[in-house]
Amino acid sequence: MSTRIGTVFGQELRQARRNLWVILATAVLGLFALALALFGAGQGSGLKVDVLTLTAVSLATLSVYLIPLIALLMSYDSISGEVERGSLALTFATPVRRWEVFVGKFLAQTVAVCVAILIAFGTVGCIIGFLAEVSQEGVYAWLRLMLSAGGLGAIFVGTGLMLSALTGRTARAAAAAVGVWLLLVVLYDVALLGAIMAAGEGIFSTHVFPWLVIANPADAFRLYNLAMIDAAPVAGIDGLSQTLPFPPVAALAALGLWLMATIAIGSARTKRIVP
Amino acid sequence: MTAILDINALCLSFGGQKVLDDVSLSVQPGERLALLGHNGAGKSTLFKTVLGFLRPSSGTVAVAGHAPGSNPAREALNYLPEVVSFQRNLSGREVLSYFSGLRGTPKTEVSDLLARVGLLDAADRPVGAYSKGMRQRLGLAQALIGAPRLLLLDEPTSGLDPVSRHEFYEVIADAAARGSAVLLSSHGLEEVQDKTDRIAILARGQLKAEGTLADLAQEAGLPITIRISAKPGAADDLHGEFGGRRINGCRLDLDCGQGTKVDLLARLGRHQDRLRDIEICPPGLTDIYRHFSRMGPTEDQI
Ligand SMILES: Nc1ncnc2c1ncn2[C@@H]1O[C@H](COP(=O)(O)OP(=O)(O)O)[C@@H](O)[C@H]1O
Ligand SMILES: [Mg+2]
Repeated sequence: MSTRIGTVFGQELRQARRNLWVILATAVLGLFALALALFGAGQGSGLKVDVLTLTAVSLATLSVYLIPLIALLMSYDSISGEVERGSLALTFATPVRRWEVFVGKFLAQTVAVCVAILIAFGTVGCIIGFLAEVSQEGVYAWLRLMLSAGGLGAIFVGTGLMLSALTGRTARAAAAAVGVWLLLVVLYDVALLGAIMAAGEGIFSTHVFPWLVIANPADAFRLYNLAMIDAAPVAGIDGLSQTLPFPPVAALAALGLWLMATIAIGSARTKRIVP
Repeated sequence: MTAILDINALCLSFGGQKVLDDVSLSVQPGERLALLGHNGAGKSTLFKTVLGFLRPSSGTVAVAGHAPGSNPAREALNYLPEVVSFQRNLSGREVLSYFSGLRGTPKTEVSDLLARVGLLDAADRPVGAYSKGMRQRLGLAQALIGAPRLLLLDEPTSGLDPVSRHEFYEVIADAAARGSAVLLSSHGLEEVQDKTDRIAILARGQLKAEGTLADLAQEAGLPITIRISAKPGAADDLHGEFGGRRINGCRLDLDCGQGTKVDLLARLGRHQDRLRDIEICPPGLTDIYRHFSRMGPTEDQI
């Protein structure tokens, strides 16, 4: 079993490297992180928090958009493209189990996204460390950001692969990936804001609303990062992070559930593909 | 001897349309069976059913005694699909190593396989730079990984030039000599003549004929054509005496069965002075193939 998953994993990682995905993702994430760091350094003196913490907060907000996009772009074509090219028929004709194909691809692409995050955010973190004074709290915030960003990437790699297996056609998988990104990253927040404005103070805003926020992996990621920082200058939905009815790590549990769900659905669906 | 592939009364429909209709076939170890059929006859569908990708509506398929698609069935067979494009930026060696890894066979086999299909020199070049023939040979090498007990080759030589085609069949013969059962599909009888042990003809999802080429020729019972060139002015007389079809001023075609051929030739011999040449044309492979693939239930009644 392990050699078969390892074979799929190795093949897929080689693909990600040769297609320059890792380099491209690293460059994009690194440049945005650097820009936010410079911006943070510019206004940092006026606030009581250090540059690293400040950048971690703004980078968490930006990562919600970027990392799902990168992860979906890397994964949406992975299964449907192979169905269309006919190479999946060859793979499925071998003794490999179908779930092993799904999991092998998932692990390889997750590693690719995580390597990009680690290099990009790690480098920028070090640059900030050289240029400005950092607090212990800032270092922790930065580490939490890198780790949870990896988790967010994994969820959306799983989601992209799941959509790829569900649709089985590249064009439809692309449409589904764009749709999911818009829904989870943009529209969900707008809908929640509308709901809380309509509902006002009450049971909804204190007991239902927080759960709705962490039901979305993108919001759960941001909430976790912001809630762990006492001094985070936040507004809007994120204002919630100061008055949570549960500990912030519950958001991590929500991320874990999402991850398991996408892998389970994706693997089950891969079994039903007619290549 | 037990068959590696045993197909029994297989039927399969796509939304009401019958694509395979009561097909029964078996292939023994070391045997090569050619599955012939027009486009849309159901050849690829048959392969996909044997692979377990498609479910039969009725009937059974057994691969080495196991259900299609089950783990032991997939361990027993290798497959080369009709259309395959490997990842363009991987080298031939990487492609084979991948499939070797999935089958759990030793990686040392890879170089040997590349040599067997004549790709050793190109092994480390990206597949995107391969010619069509090279890609097809890489596909064949992939299908030979782990000395499979059953080889499924879906139109493996379509689009290949005659020389590559010949080499292709040599590799297949070699695999069969090592004990693999081979099921391969093709469009034409000429192509698989002398290259396979048995032939099955599929038309519109139904198995029309099955056997050696000699069996098929006999079963078809097509007439032998005797083509006569007459000396100037003699064609009319010959036509009057023997009947047949006039082709032009001096040529005449006569049809006869295997049993009456010698007799007819003897009678023709008596008209030696009127003949310039006699040519004997046994039914061609194309004629045999067309005979079986046209023979539908409606034509039978005519
Ligand atoms: N996925 C499918 N859905 C519906 N019809 C199909 C499908 N695949 C094949 N067919 C039909 O089944 C018939 C046999 O196709 P196929 O097995 O590909 O033929 P061949 O390989 O002999 O050319 C064709 O009429 C084709 O249109
Ligand atoms: Mg076909």
